[in-house]
Amino acid sequence: MLDLGPRTVQPTSPDEVLDAVAEAVAAKRRIEVVGGGTKRGIGRVERPDLVLSLEALDAVLDYAPEELVLTARPGAKLKDLEKLVASEGQMLAFEPPRLAKLLGAKGEPTLGGVLAANLSGPRRIRAGAARDHLLGFAAVSGRGEAFKAGGKVVKNVTGYDLSKLMAGSWGTLAVMTEVTLKVLPKPKTETTLLLFGLQDRRAVEAMTVAMAAPVEVSGAAHLPAAVAAGAPLKAEMAVTALRLEGFDASVKARVDSLAAALKPFGRVDRLDAALSRGFWAQVREVEAFHKDSRPLWRVSVPPATGWRIGEAVGEVLYDWGGGLVWVPSHDAAAVHSLARAAGGHATLYRSEATCTAFEPLEDRLATLTARIKAAFDPDGLLNPGRLDS
Amino acid sequence: MKMPVPDAALIARKAEIVRALKKLVPGEGVIGDPGALIPYESDGLSAYRQTPLAVVLPETTGQVAAVLAWCQANGVKVVPRGAGTSLSGGALPLTDGVVLGMAKFNRILEVDLANRCAVVQPGVTNLAISEAVRADGFYYAPDPSSQIACTIGGNVAENSGGVHCLKYGLTTNNLLGVEIVTMAGEVLRLGGRGYDAAGYDLLGLVTGSEGLLGVITQVTVRLLPTPQTARALLLGFPSVEAAGATVGDIIAAGIIPAGLEMMDRPAIAAAEAFVHAGYPTDAEALLIVELDGPEAECAELAGHVRAIAKARGADFIRVSRDEAERLTFWAGRKAAFPAVGRISPDYYCMDGTIPRRQLPHVLTRIHEMSRDYGLGVANVFHAGDGNLHPLILYDADKPGELERAEAFGADILRLCVAVGGVLTGEHGVGVEKRDLMGEMFDETDLACQQRVKCAFDPGLLLNPGKMFPVLHRCAELGRVHVHRGKIAFPELPRF
Repeated sequence: MLDLGPRTVQPTSPDEVLDAVAEAVAAKRRIEVVGGGTKRGIGRVERPDLVLSLEALDAVLDYAPEELVLTARPGAKLKDLEKLVASEGQMLAFEPPRLAKLLGAKGEPTLGGVLAANLSGPRRIRAGAARDHLLGFAAVSGRGEAFKAGGKVVKNVTGYDLSKLMAGSWGTLAVMTEVTLKVLPKPKTETTLLLFGLQDRRAVEAMTVAMAAPVEVSGAAHLPAAVAAGAPLKAEMAVTALRLEGFDASVKARVDSLAAALKPFGRVDRLDAALSRGFWAQVREVEAFHKDSRPLWRVSVPPATGWRIGEAVGEVLYDWGGGLVWVPSHDAAAVHSLARAAGGHATLYRSEATCTAFEPLEDRLATLTARIKAAFDPDGLLNPGRLDS
Repeated sequence: MKMPVPDAALIARKAEIVRALKKLVPGEGVIGDPGALIPYESDGLSAYRQTPLAVVLPETTGQVAAVLAWCQANGVKVVPRGAGTSLSGGALPLTDGVVLGMAKFNRILEVDLANRCAVVQPGVTNLAISEAVRADGFYYAPDPSSQIACTIGGNVAENSGGVHCLKYGLTTNNLLGVEIVTMAGEVLRLGGRGYDAAGYDLLGLVTGSEGLLGVITQVTVRLLPTPQTARALLLGFPSVEAAGATVGDIIAAGIIPAGLEMMDRPAIAAAEAFVHAGYPTDAEALLIVELDGPEAECAELAGHVRAIAKARGADFIRVSRDEAERLTFWAGRKAAFPAVGRISPDYYCMDGTIPRRQLPHVLTRIHEMSRDYGLGVANVFHAGDGNLHPLILYDADKPGELERAEAFGADILRLCVAVGGVLTGEHGVGVEKRDLMGEMFDETDLACQQRVKCAFDPGLLLNPGKMFPVLHRCAELGRVHVHRGKIAFPELPRF
C-alpha cells in the first residue's frame, strides 16, 4: 500500500488549533507539533498520524517596549521578532540560537520552537535562558483543552509557574498558541577580550576568574586549537573569549579591569564591537562544527568541570564559561558517561540517523515526569517519543 | 477566610499522632503542648490565626521523609514552614494538620566559588547567604525586604522578589538546584550546579509552588560578583504621572536600574516622620533610582537619569555622594511598612502587578476606593516592574474594619487584573488571594494547575487550602473533561 505519510494541518487561529487537537484527541491520533521544522532532527517523533504546523500562527499581538513585554503567536519567526525589538533598541536577551545550518535544516526558526527547546545563546550566563524570559502563555493541552498560565507583566507569582514547565518540554505537554516574553534593552556597545594558546583546563580557569570579577561578563567561550583553526577566527592556536556589553564608558572601564585580572593568562587582545558581534554569532550557532559530519552532542555540566569533557574527547567547543560543551563523537555511551561523571547531561543534537536524543532520567524523576506528562497529555498524543532516551 | 473543614476524627487522634511523630523525630523535635503551639498560629499575614494539631521540627532529610511518609499513610495534612514571614498566609496552619518547621535546617553546606554557587539548607536566612560569601566578593541577588529573617526555603517556595529583581530577577532566576521530599516521602534532586538539567524544568515548576508540591530540604543558589559601586538618586515629583513617565523614559533610554522604587505622598510622609531620610514631604511622588556597576557606569547613568527626571518636572533631585548617603536614601523605603505601622493600628499590604502605563489610572482608582471604603491607603511601588504595594490602613479593634480592608484589597487586586496585570507579584497567593484566582484564571486553567498538584501529591495532603479556591479530588480531575471555562464539579464545596 502506498504510504502517504502523516497529514499536515496548518491552523490560522488558536480556535483552529483547539479544534485540530480536540479532534485528534477524540480519535486518539498522534500529533507531531512543528514550527519552522528546523529542530525536527533532534530526537524523533514516533509514528505521528498528523503534523500540526504552527507556522501560520505568526502574528505579533502586542509589543510594549516601555513595559519590556512582547506577546506573539508561536509561529512568529525569530528573525522578524529580533528585527522588531531591535527597532526599539531592545533584544531577546537570551540570545536565541537558530541552529538551522548546524542541523542542516531548511526553514526559519520560530519563537515557539526556540521556547519548546529552551535554547539560549552565549548570554545565558548573564541574562538567563529562554525559560527565564517566558512570562506567560496560552496553549492547547493533550486533553484538547485550551488553557493559559502566567501573565503579561514582568513580575508575577500567581499560581504554578507553568511557563517553566513549557519551556524545554519540546511540545510534549501542550501546543502553544500565544506567548508573552520579557524583552530588554540592547547594549549600546560590546568588546571581547581574547586569550590565546590556553589548554582547556587553564581556559576554564581564566573564564572562572573573569566571571568572578564584578565586570558582568556576558559571554565566555573557549575554542581549542583544532576548533579555532576553522571558522570563525582561523587562529592557529586555542582562543578564549570574554564578552563585555553595555554603555560606552562602562564597557571601557570594565575592559580595563578585566584585562588586568586576566594578566596571569598571557597576552590579552581585543575585538571591537563589529568583530565581537560576528564572533559571538558564530559561537551561538556552533559554526565550528557546521562542516563536520559526526554526531554532535550538547553537553551541559557545572562550568568548572567542563574541561574534563574536552580533555577526554579532544575537539570540542566551550560556551557558558565551560558549562556548555559541544562534542562531536560517534561514541554515545562515552559522551553520556563523561557528562554524568562531570555532574551534567548530554543531548544528541545532530545525528546520522533518526534516533532518540535525550539523557535518561533517574527512576524517581522518570516516574514523576510520566505523571506530569499524563496530567497534560494522558494519551501520549503530543510529539510521542520526542523526549525518549 | 474559610479553610477546609477540619477532620474531627484526626483532631481526636492528636495524642497518638504526637506519639508517632516523636518516634520519627526524637528529642525536642515535636511540639504538642497548646501553649507552645501559639507562636506557630500564624505567619506574616497575622490577621489569620489557627492553632495546628502539632509542630514537627526535623533535623535531617531522612526525618522529613519519614514524617511525610507517615502523615501520608495516616491521612494527616502537613503545612511546611520556614521563618513564617509569608505575607499571603502560605504557612497558615490547619487545626487538623501538622506544621513541618524547617528552622533546624540552618547550615550552609558548601560554597563552590568555581561554579559560582552555594549549597545551603532551607532554614538559612536569605541575608546569611550573602554574608557568608561577602569576603569572597560575591552575593545572592534576590533581596526580599524581610531578608534578615526570611529563609531561603521559603524564598524558593514563594519565588520571592525584592527591590533588586528588576535587574537581577526573582528567586527562580537565581537557583541552580533543589532537593525536595514529596508527600510520599520520596527524596528528589532537581537541577544541579549546571545551567540546565535533563528533562522537564521541575526546578522551575517547584519554585513558587507555595509548599504544595514538596518540602524543600536543600537549595543550590547562584552567586553573583558584588557590583563595584552603587549609587542612588532621590527624585521628588509634583505628580504621580510625572514620576511614572520618568520611569518609562529611564527604561526607554536602555537603562535597567538595580532598583527603581516609588512612594506616594502618604507613604513619603510616614517614612520621613519615622526615619528622617530627608525625603521631600511636599512631593506627590518620590522615586529612588539605584544604579550599580563600575564607577564610570554609575556616574554616566546617574547623569542620564537626572536629566530625564528634570525634563519630566522633578523639583527635588539628590544623587548620593557616598555609601552612607545611599543607605540613608533607602532607609525610608526599607522602613516604609513599620513607618505606616506607626500611623495606623494595623495595615494590610497588597501585592498586585500592573502594566506600568496604567499607574496613574490605578492610583486614581485606589484613592477613590479609599474614600468609598473610608480607609486610608499609602502606596509603595516597585515601579520598575509594575509591582504595587498599597498599604491599607485599618484598626482591627474596630468591628468590621478588617473585613472592609479585605474587601478594599480584593477590589484593588481585581483592578490590577482588569488593567492587564496579575494578583500577586511576589508575595504569593496563599490563603489571602486564593478566592480571587478566578479573576485571573478560568476553571480549565485552574484544572491544569491542579493536575500538576495531583502529579506530586495525589492525596492533597500537602498545604491544602492554599492557592486553589476549590479542592478538586484528583480522580475527578483526571476523569472529567472541562471545556471552555464551564464550571466542573458545581457540587464541590468552595471554602
